[in-house]
Amino acid sequence: MQKHVIDPKSVPGWGVDADPENDPTYPMKPHRSDLEEQGYNWERPTQQPIDVEILHSNERPNVTSVFGTASPPQGLSGMIRRWAFRWSENEYNHWLPLILADRVNVVEGVIEDIAHGKFPNIWKEKGYNASWKHDRTSLILRLSAFAAVTAGLVLWMTSGDDSKGSRKKKKNKKKARYYDENEYYADDRYYDENQY
Amino acid sequence: MLAMDYRGPKRVRATQKPMPEIKHPEDAIVRVTRSCICGSDLHLYNGNVPDTRVGTTFGHEFVGEVVEIGAEVTKLKVGDQVLVPFNISCGRCHFCQQGLYGNCHESNPMATAVGGIYGYSHTAGGYHGGQAEYVRVPYANLNPTVIPPGMDLDDAVLLTDVVPTGYQAAEMAGIQPGNTVVVFGAGPVGIMAAKSAWLFGAGRVIVLDKEDYRLEFVRNYAPCEAYNFEKDMEDPVLFIKKQTDWMGADCVIDAVGAEAAGDVLQTITGRKLLVQAGSATAVHWAINSVKKGGVVSIVGVYGPTDNLVPIGNVLNKGLTIRGNQTAVKRHLPRLIEHVMNGVIKPKEIITHRIPLEDIADGYRIFSDKLDNCIKPVLMMPTAR
Repeated sequence: MQKHVIDPKSVPGWGVDADPENDPTYPMKPHRSDLEEQGYNWERPTQQPIDVEILHSNERPNVTSVFGTASPPQGLSGMIRRWAFRWSENEYNHWLPLILADRVNVVEGVIEDIAHGKFPNIWKEKGYNASWKHDRTSLILRLSAFAAVTAGLVLWMTSGDDSKGSRKKKKNKKKARYYDENEYYADDRYYDENQY
Repeated sequence: MLAMDYRGPKRVRATQKPMPEIKHPEDAIVRVTRSCICGSDLHLYNGNVPDTRVGTTFGHEFVGEVVEIGAEVTKLKVGDQVLVPFNISCGRCHFCQQGLYGNCHESNPMATAVGGIYGYSHTAGGYHGGQAEYVRVPYANLNPTVIPPGMDLDDAVLLTDVVPTGYQAAEMAGIQPGNTVVVFGAGPVGIMAAKSAWLFGAGRVIVLDKEDYRLEFVRNYAPCEAYNFEKDMEDPVLFIKKQTDWMGADCVIDAVGAEAAGDVLQTITGRKLLVQAGSATAVHWAINSVKKGGVVSIVGVYGPTDNLVPIGNVLNKGLTIRGNQTAVKRHLPRLIEHVMNGVIKPKEIITHRIPLEDIADGYRIFSDKLDNCIKPVLMMPTAR
């Protein structure tokens, strides 16, 4: 708590229009306290032993008295999360890497599943049994759209390779012709020059 | 024990996990008997909340039986049936002392803007939640409340979040007798906000949503006027202006949050591309449809970054905007009274009972609003 450099009571007119009931947080904040004036301190609860890695916001000086211990940071996603926590909650550098880490974590989760000999049952995990029961048409449409987009992408990439290949071949052919012609003209010029 | 297991956006499963342990002398372990999927769980489910880690168990609405207590727990005993507010609060910090139990400063090391919440990502403290057979409950002397004799567990579980959140939405709206209150969203919280608006003396309550079955429900339950913003009107803001002598509503409540539909730009940027912290359609409409000098109350949940809202109109119209995570503990005495007296009948909003083993189907049904779902409750194997 910063000490007041100026004693407010020494300021002419201090508090003459104060209205304690004009509190926009009422009734969310029914118990006004003097802590704002006296400084913020309270008897902290016993500290929970910090026996897993806890990333704490740099907008506070310490780890809270209790905390959750679910899924400590690990792997590549953990590295990204550690980096993100170097930045305050005010920064995109904090939140956007955390979203990236979440996506990386999904891939890590699949790898972890497979490493444990368990291939994720995507159909079941996505709750498609319920969609099949209650919203079959929409599910079929969605899956068809997904299949169509996937097939389209595969086709485009495949044909893209071919067309790239054929473009390359055409380009090479053209290039070859150009060089041939160049050679021809060069030779022509050579002979012309020789003639001169 | 069996527990919900988050595997990625729109991918969850029930899996065997280790039993929770006492980690702190004020902890308790609770055997869950009822747990709900909340609308705000869908923000996690859809991958919209930063630092939602694979392997986490969601669930912040649950009741159960105390099976173990830490050395410093004096106000509970093994065997007590408790309802557990979704906030994790110490009761001693500056904010808890002022009744701001949703803003506890001793329960969430990962972010300072919000206190700890069960199963709500590491942005809310990294706790496993109650969509499991057992759950660790910190600060057990303060948070869990013994369920009064005679109270139905289905009513009790809805007192952990839905009912208090709807109630606080109405409270924050600063409703004066006779006021016109508009609620955006006819989900469980919107339904309770509409119901609560009458308790604070509203003169007229209007609810807007796009799901006819939810509108039909709230029209009878609250009761209130209910309109479909996709079918009954072209422009919800213009509609509200016409309904209120061209002035705007006195109070508007956003009970939707990040998953809002109704505006293509907001949907694409907020829900698909994630370049803003959710679709801010409801709060956008709220600001534009409230009268000058009116109050906008926000209980819909958004992510921690930025949203596109017409802040210029907040200034020009002289609005008051209020929002917070609900301080459940503060409201419980009054709301328990309302439930016991039959003023509020929370369990009537429960439409689905889903075994924990079928958790993925539960999320899909709730998320896609299938089978006229309003509120799904998860049934635990140990509690059937």
